[in-house]
Amino acid sequence: MKHLTKNDRLLFIFFTIMVLAGPIILAPFGAGYPDLLQRFAIFGLFAVGFNILFGMTGYLSFGHAAFLGVGSYSAVWMFKLLTMNVIPALFLSVVISGLFALLIGFVSLRRSGIYFSILTLAFAQMSYNLAYSVLTPITNGETGLQLNLSDPRILDAANTTGSIPSTNLFGLTMNSTAKFELLGLVFQFNVGFYFCALILIAGFYIAMRIARSPFGLMLLAIKTNQTRLNYTGVNTRPYTLAAFVISGMYAGLAGGLMAITDPLAGAERMQWTASGEVVLMTILGGVGTLLGPVLGAGFIKYFENIFSKINDSVLESWFSFLPEGLSDAMVFVLHFFVGKGWHLTLGLLFMLVVIFLPGGLMEGGTRLYNAFRSKDTKSSKDEPKAAE
Amino acid sequence: MSRITTTRRGLLKGGATLGAGLALPTIFTSPAAAYLNEPKGSTVTLGFNVPQTGPYADEGADELRAYLLAVEHLNGEGDGGMMNTFSSKALKGNGILGKKVTYVTGDTQTKSDAARASAKSMIEKDGAVMITGGSSSGVAVAVQALCQEAGVIFMAGLTHSNDTTGKDRKANGFRHFFNGYMSGAALAPVLEKMYGKDRRAYHLTADYNWGWTQQESIAAATEAKGWETVNNVTTPLTTTDFSSYVAPVLNSGADVLVLNHYGGNMINSLTSAVQFGLRDKVVNGKNFEIVVPLYSRLMARGAGENVKGIFGSTNWHWSLTDAGSKAFVKSFGEKYGFPPSQAAHTVYCQTLLYADACERAGTFNPCGVVEALEGFKFDGLGNGATEYRAEDHQCFKDVLVVKGKENPTSEFDVLEIVEVTPREQVEYAPDHEMFSGGALGTCNPGA
Repeated sequence: MKHLTKNDRLLFIFFTIMVLAGPIILAPFGAGYPDLLQRFAIFGLFAVGFNILFGMTGYLSFGHAAFLGVGSYSAVWMFKLLTMNVIPALFLSVVISGLFALLIGFVSLRRSGIYFSILTLAFAQMSYNLAYSVLTPITNGETGLQLNLSDPRILDAANTTGSIPSTNLFGLTMNSTAKFELLGLVFQFNVGFYFCALILIAGFYIAMRIARSPFGLMLLAIKTNQTRLNYTGVNTRPYTLAAFVISGMYAGLAGGLMAITDPLAGAERMQWTASGEVVLMTILGGVGTLLGPVLGAGFIKYFENIFSKINDSVLESWFSFLPEGLSDAMVFVLHFFVGKGWHLTLGLLFMLVVIFLPGGLMEGGTRLYNAFRSKDTKSSKDEPKAAE
Repeated sequence: MSRITTTRRGLLKGGATLGAGLALPTIFTSPAAAYLNEPKGSTVTLGFNVPQTGPYADEGADELRAYLLAVEHLNGEGDGGMMNTFSSKALKGNGILGKKVTYVTGDTQTKSDAARASAKSMIEKDGAVMITGGSSSGVAVAVQALCQEAGVIFMAGLTHSNDTTGKDRKANGFRHFFNGYMSGAALAPVLEKMYGKDRRAYHLTADYNWGWTQQESIAAATEAKGWETVNNVTTPLTTTDFSSYVAPVLNSGADVLVLNHYGGNMINSLTSAVQFGLRDKVVNGKNFEIVVPLYSRLMARGAGENVKGIFGSTNWHWSLTDAGSKAFVKSFGEKYGFPPSQAAHTVYCQTLLYADACERAGTFNPCGVVEALEGFKFDGLGNGATEYRAEDHQCFKDVLVVKGKENPTSEFDVLEIVEVTPREQVEYAPDHEMFSGGALGTCNPGA
């Protein structure tokens, strides 16, 4: 069990290729621009980490956004005080969010089930309110923590350009983008995205190794029947706490990456709706699967960023080929589902997925795959063996 | 095994296409442009980033209406609105610099993160050369910083916090709307005249950037007139029931309640204050009074009867009778059937001012636009003579002190203008202590 199976390796290779080719694959869907790609990778990482706790261990945390926020604040403070290089920022965001998770996990994990969820929710909401108004010297409240020209940045050379320097990895700036035009599409290859993508791939690999390790088996056992484990004399607390801290560190890493791609940390990042979002992503994609959370994250972010920007004039251009009355009717009906109505569309889709595919998008994928395979095996049985 | 063969072929084909795609970079566009998102075709794209959901959705919807009207007028459709009364005649009704104006819209959700994501996608995906909008100072400050980093112009919409052009000012950002300091400076003399010098004020303040700076400004201005600030209580932006905040006011010994709230917040807090009977009370031998420093017609309409006789300040009001205001109210009214709000007015002006600056600069290059707008003096946009001050990119113009109308003639006719406070009275030095701590930096063209 210590080693990955052949299927796992294939999955990992497939995943790596898909992520690295993201800018090419997503360009035809209007999602191939750096900001959204970065969001896909970051929230994918967030969901992968969340899945270690929720999917593998069975503990539903409703406060994971707090770690995301803590990670962001740590990273921005590093940018303000130390250097615009991303390495110290990421390091601090992982460490601080890990410590924070240790503290919250130590208290919350005394309970399980709904009580655990409520405790984490309470902690997250507390952190949000602290960040929003009480700790304003550290968090800058509702406006969010931002970089200023007058920040010390003691490791960097004195800044005389009059503009805030951009985040970089030893001189390689995160917001530099190479653009290629082909077949009427613009492909944008962005440094920040590839940085996030590599971290996502590494995070995915670690999650995979955890899932296939004895530690992962123990987590699975806790999810299946914790009482029985307790009766057999196993102390489950260290395992759940470890899972909680690991997933908190993933969230902190994601928060740090958010600050790297866009150096601002806002309190609303910690709000309970943000915590709920990652739960939705995981359920939508498929709880307990490795790939599902990343798919779910992509799905939700796509809706938030693409559907919310379709306005009536865009709709009109889509249906301009229809006769006048009909196109107006189409625009009138669809008006409620796009633009400011994107929440409605997402909610409907979420309902459909939960009702018909309780295992999330991954279940849909598996069903499709099985449907094709059974057809294939049937046809290959019918074929004369001589073909081989 | 036919299955494997097709897979392999498919894989080969896919791989070949992919390889070809990667190996043949046709045009390397990014270094070719002189500045970010230089419009190369026959159109230019502007990004309208307004709250379509959340507590300021009403303001956002009205802003969007005004943006669409401005685009029509710039492209030479409709009656031209304030383009005809604008003192600068650079705009010809053929788009901007001969390019037709197109636009993209986005939802800020009144959250900094969402607003920045939306603005980023406008810049990176849609190629917007200017971002405008925002109905909250937090969002405006966040998006302004983003535009500075990215290298596009930001024309702020409804943002009243001192910080937008104070400690968070940016070279690429411009604000036409007035601010908390100006409200205080305009309102305090009127309040002194109406309510006397010896007053004790209790502040309820929306707990975010705008609320804080407005509270600070109003407290400073009224204290200079001899008032005393008894207490300041901050309320979360998401509060809907203010009764627990209003109840303690009665026992505080205060005789004036200042509501540093906006939008839905103000409607709810004012309604609770009136329901508690505050306005009928006599404290310290004086009638209890309520003040709402930042008024808008949308809010006054929402609060209904309760606004009668309550003083506040506003950037613009549709009942103004100068030629610019009349032209704007007329074309807005003809298109939508009701008069525009101050939010609609300020974003319409901002769009026109941007377009005009591009025409005068002869380029969309942010640095050229910044140069054209800095120190620009204009008239005919409804506020009288106005100047974009070069030091902080803030517009200086007259401020209106208004009062809830006692006998409204329609649901839109809810405010009456009490006084037009001249520009000199609300002006301050760029390094005034409420505005210090920031630096414009240099303009950033992005490329």
